[in-house]
Amino acid sequence: MGKFKEHVIQPILDCWSLIVGLKITGKYFCKPLITVHYPRQVIDDENLSTYGGHVELIGKPKDPAMPKCISCMMCVTNCPSNCLKLVKQKAPKPTPEQEAAMKAAKEAGEKVVKPKAPKNPLKFTYDYTLCSLCGTCIDNCPVKSLRYSNNMYWVATSREEMNIDLLARLKEQATEVSAPAPAPKAEAKPSAEKEA
Amino acid sequence: MQYILPLIIAVVAAMVWLGLNALVLVYCERKFAGHIQRRPGPYEVGPHGALQPLIDGLKLMSKQLLTPDNADGFLFWLAPILSMIPVLVLFMPIPYGPVLTGMHVNLGLLLILAFSSFNGLAVILAGWASNNKWGVLGAARAVAQTVAYEIPLLLVVLTISFMTGSLDLTEITAQQSGHIGNWLIWKQPLAFLIFIVAMFGETNRAPFDLAEAESELTAGFHTEYSSMGFGLFFMAEYGYMVVICSICSVLFLGGFNGPIPGIEGWWWMLIKTYALLFVMIWARWTYPRVRFDQLLNINWKWLLPLATANLLVTALLIKL
Repeated sequence: MGKFKEHVIQPILDCWSLIVGLKITGKYFCKPLITVHYPRQVIDDENLSTYGGHVELIGKPKDPAMPKCISCMMCVTNCPSNCLKLVKQKAPKPTPEQEAAMKAAKEAGEKVVKPKAPKNPLKFTYDYTLCSLCGTCIDNCPVKSLRYSNNMYWVATSREEMNIDLLARLKEQATEVSAPAPAPKAEAKPSAEKEA
Repeated sequence: MQYILPLIIAVVAAMVWLGLNALVLVYCERKFAGHIQRRPGPYEVGPHGALQPLIDGLKLMSKQLLTPDNADGFLFWLAPILSMIPVLVLFMPIPYGPVLTGMHVNLGLLLILAFSSFNGLAVILAGWASNNKWGVLGAARAVAQTVAYEIPLLLVVLTISFMTGSLDLTEITAQQSGHIGNWLIWKQPLAFLIFIVAMFGETNRAPFDLAEAESELTAGFHTEYSSMGFGLFFMAEYGYMVVICSICSVLFLGGFNGPIPGIEGWWWMLIKTYALLFVMIWARWTYPRVRFDQLLNINWKWLLPLATANLLVTALLIKL
């Protein structure tokens, strides 16, 4: 009886799953489409916010053009693809007054205070062609200065274009934010064109 | 002359009907697949991508015709033609309307079963003549499948001809005229189900498209065919789909008879055939492909015994 149930009754009962399958695809057939018809349509901002594009810098709240980055090199060190390049700022040359103060402090046996290098990076470049978007740089940044961009419609025609100067991009973004909003046009222009 | 002229017209009409169906069905299939996956499907060529199949056809035709090295050239090119030509014959005895029948044949059903078997021959020739081991393997699988599924199909058809006492498709349609209760689907529901399953197997459609199995066989028996060589197989497949759905409409759904007495016509046949075709497309985008041993098990362990039992019970009931 057990074998009869296993080999005959059960397969017949399992046929119900075929109907369930057809019901599911039939239901999906009637549902509205979820893919947008690019380039005539683009994704709304709400959905775009969940998109993880290339890596970009985050500006300071008070000065959006200045990155929060402290040039600690944690991102560069931990990057498995070696796609980030950071050049630290050098300490400025001491002024004659500072030099004199340093000399005096040295002679007096006190602690010599040298001018410190600014913490923000001098250069920060990113090769998108190498990046695997693993997010290790974002996870390892101690000051939360990196994030994924929402730059979904970006198109490049050469490898060189994929080399992004992150500092320049941050400045550009800061000026875009501070600039007054452009006057509305007759026809909405897809953001793809803007990005391209 | 009085027989030849209508026959020529019928053949030409069947050719046009076949080509048109291939275009429409390719488009429908892609749109249907798109909507099931909640995307628009082809959209760029023509309004809503309506000209896409035409452009695909042109692209296919503009490709180079290649014969593989050491292939048997004659048989290699005979195969797609042999696959395509019988489809035209298959359209002849199908009654699309009270007048719209290509050729009135007493043994229409037998003619269809006989000529549809040419496809198996075409497939095995294509695979064997390609000088390609994947082609041979694909052909072996396709033929094993076609031959296997032909048996329950035949038994089901035999059941219907037992019930109606005829092999003439027009006569079978006529016996189902009147209201919807006369359709043979109510008297032979099991036969209808077996026919539907065997229909998928016979036409190599998913989930039974084992002959192609692109992940294992890189398209099976037609691996080596380019351009219209492949195009003919492709068109023939859609042709067989239309034929088998038309036969299913005639045998079980009353053919050109409407559900209410008095309204009959070719449009009923068209609606029923296309409804069945849509079920085939729907199933293709729902079910995963079965394994080859599962495919043969379904046939030999289920369809064949069920079809035989159904035939014996029907014969017994008729005798009683």
